[in-house]
Amino acid sequence: MRKPLAGSSIRGGAVAKRAKSEAQAESMLEVRDLAKYFDVSKPWLARMIERAPRQILKAVDGLAFDIKKGQTFSLVGESGCGKSTVAKLVVGLHKPSRGAIRFEGRDVADVRSRADSAALRRRWQMIFQDPYASLNPRWRVRDIIAEPIRVFGLIKSRGEQDEKVAALLRQVGLSPVDGEKYPHEFSGGQRQRISIARALSSNPEFLVCDEPTSALDVSVQAQILNLMKDLQNEFGLTYLFISHNLAVVYHLSDKIGVMYLGRLCEVAGSKELFARPQHPYTRLLLETIPDLEMTGREREPVAGEVPNPINPPSGCAFHPRCPFANDRCRSEIPLPTERAGHTVACHAAEEGRLPDAKFPAPKRPSAS
Amino acid sequence: MALLEVEDLRVEFPTRRGALLALDGVSLEINEGEVLGVVGESGAGKSLTGAAIIGLLEPPGRVTGGKIRLEGHRIDTLSYEEMRNIRGKKIGAIFQDPLTSLNPLYTIGRQLIETIRVHMDVSPEAARARAIELLGEVGIPAPERRIDSYPHEFSGGMRQRVVISLALCANPRLIIADEPTTALDVSIQAQIIALLKKLCREHKTAVMLITHDMGVIAETADRVAVMYAGRVAEIGPVKRVVKQPKHPYTVGLMGAIPMVGHDVERLTQIEGAMPRLNEIPPGCSFNPRCPKVFDKCRMERPELMPAGRNAEAACWQFDKGGRRG
Repeated sequence: MRKPLAGSSIRGGAVAKRAKSEAQAESMLEVRDLAKYFDVSKPWLARMIERAPRQILKAVDGLAFDIKKGQTFSLVGESGCGKSTVAKLVVGLHKPSRGAIRFEGRDVADVRSRADSAALRRRWQMIFQDPYASLNPRWRVRDIIAEPIRVFGLIKSRGEQDEKVAALLRQVGLSPVDGEKYPHEFSGGQRQRISIARALSSNPEFLVCDEPTSALDVSVQAQILNLMKDLQNEFGLTYLFISHNLAVVYHLSDKIGVMYLGRLCEVAGSKELFARPQHPYTRLLLETIPDLEMTGREREPVAGEVPNPINPPSGCAFHPRCPFANDRCRSEIPLPTERAGHTVACHAAEEGRLPDAKFPAPKRPSAS
Repeated sequence: MALLEVEDLRVEFPTRRGALLALDGVSLEINEGEVLGVVGESGAGKSLTGAAIIGLLEPPGRVTGGKIRLEGHRIDTLSYEEMRNIRGKKIGAIFQDPLTSLNPLYTIGRQLIETIRVHMDVSPEAARARAIELLGEVGIPAPERRIDSYPHEFSGGMRQRVVISLALCANPRLIIADEPTTALDVSIQAQIIALLKKLCREHKTAVMLITHDMGVIAETADRVAVMYAGRVAEIGPVKRVVKQPKHPYTVGLMGAIPMVGHDVERLTQIEGAMPRLNEIPPGCSFNPRCPKVFDKCRMERPELMPAGRNAEAACWQFDKGGRRG
């Protein structure tokens, strides 16, 4: 757990970093045995006529992870692996079918009273993928940003509220006069800045970011990633970051969880995961990272595609694509076990059948 | 002689407030069997370049200047009917979304056979046999059974394989691939890139690979053209451009890409955004964002000029006559 921090070579933001390591022992979020099932059956009558059984989609099944205060935990995986469902479960946009989500040690499901739940919800916010869909086109930017302030009744006077909005706009690299404009007057990157300003307006401690840069161009993505890091250093924010882009995740995270068909395959510190990937699916994903170092490494694309999550394969869901699968993998679902700093759900890893990873993260001569 | 030569290509969109110049003097060449990557951010004009070459510009956009030559013959002056003969037969196309490239109402076999028979004088049976062979070549398992399936019965990666087989069916000399892997998951993306590389090597087909993803370019292309605001900013062998970018825009772009194993606290940031078409500044279009800007950049527009070995960049810092100290 200490690994990623000790290994990171950070010069600036020393104060914030120190605060980060002091708070290290404390968990912001604990997720235990989290599951979300969706009923995707046909309507009752059609089912009766066709004598078809109910169909259950297990979008998330038996997930467990911790996020420490001030750190970034990332979930990576291909489309349909359930990573966005986890984001929605964590912020309460979905009700879990099973399992517990604990925020600072307190089970979120136990929070019943309105006042309590509002106080809790103020402390976490979400940033969505599509900055075109997540901002109301009929509202001025200042009203969009001030919405959480108004909803939670944080600031009563209009003047103070305007000041707060202006400060937020400056913080995300926009100008206070932009508050008078409408979302369509901004580019994708600027809109994502507005989304971030809105998320920050209720002074949250925990941000859930669902693919916040996937819709953006690389140079704009760099601006947003830098902004997110700056804000984390300044306010000690904790991030749950969802992405399919491994390089982005490597750049941003302290700890990474790799998901496949609703389950976590492997959880490890960011550097550790890329240096010594254990689970065969993690290795597959790392193999697919384009070779920007121009080492001429010949890649062997792994065959097969992600199966339909409605009828996942028996046993370990990854076994049809896994070169190390045996009979046990085909019949028995592997449980996560702790091995040398990694939490891995793989029979082959558990039995020591896996060869050593041949993927040392390429070292880049410090060019820029 | 290069297979495809594009010289000073200009594309305009007439509007009520005057014409918008979307491509402003794009020049590039593609040699036989070569993969040329065209990379740039949204709005840089990379897709437009591809569309102009195959004559599929959406009106009101139109070519207003420049020359496009395929195997030495002008193709930008051809009539619509003549151009139809070139498309598919000489130049194939692959687009981003495989679902919109395939007709959902017909089996993929019917679409393949139709395309083959338009371009080649063969019997329906021979065309079907060729279609099955093509599907096998792009890695569709059990092609003799799958040929009678509809597009919706395939997954995204498999559909893109079908689209590739469609583009290849008349053995074109050049394929224009516009973001062929953008809609796909990373593991599928790697498969499609490997397939495209293998097929082009085997068929000696040249490819113009249009993408915003420098990683895809680095894996696939021989040479790369970096586009910015409707112009080519830099062009050269892909290894050189990735490792030693010359144009300040390319330098910024490469630094902005997060890389595994590359530990930086902050990514290189190019301030601002690409200008809109109606707000392109005078001089070099990159000058307001350029860290190395000097007076000449604000006044005169740089053309592509030699910038060291294997390098051409449209940037005044490489101007031999008036180099800044």
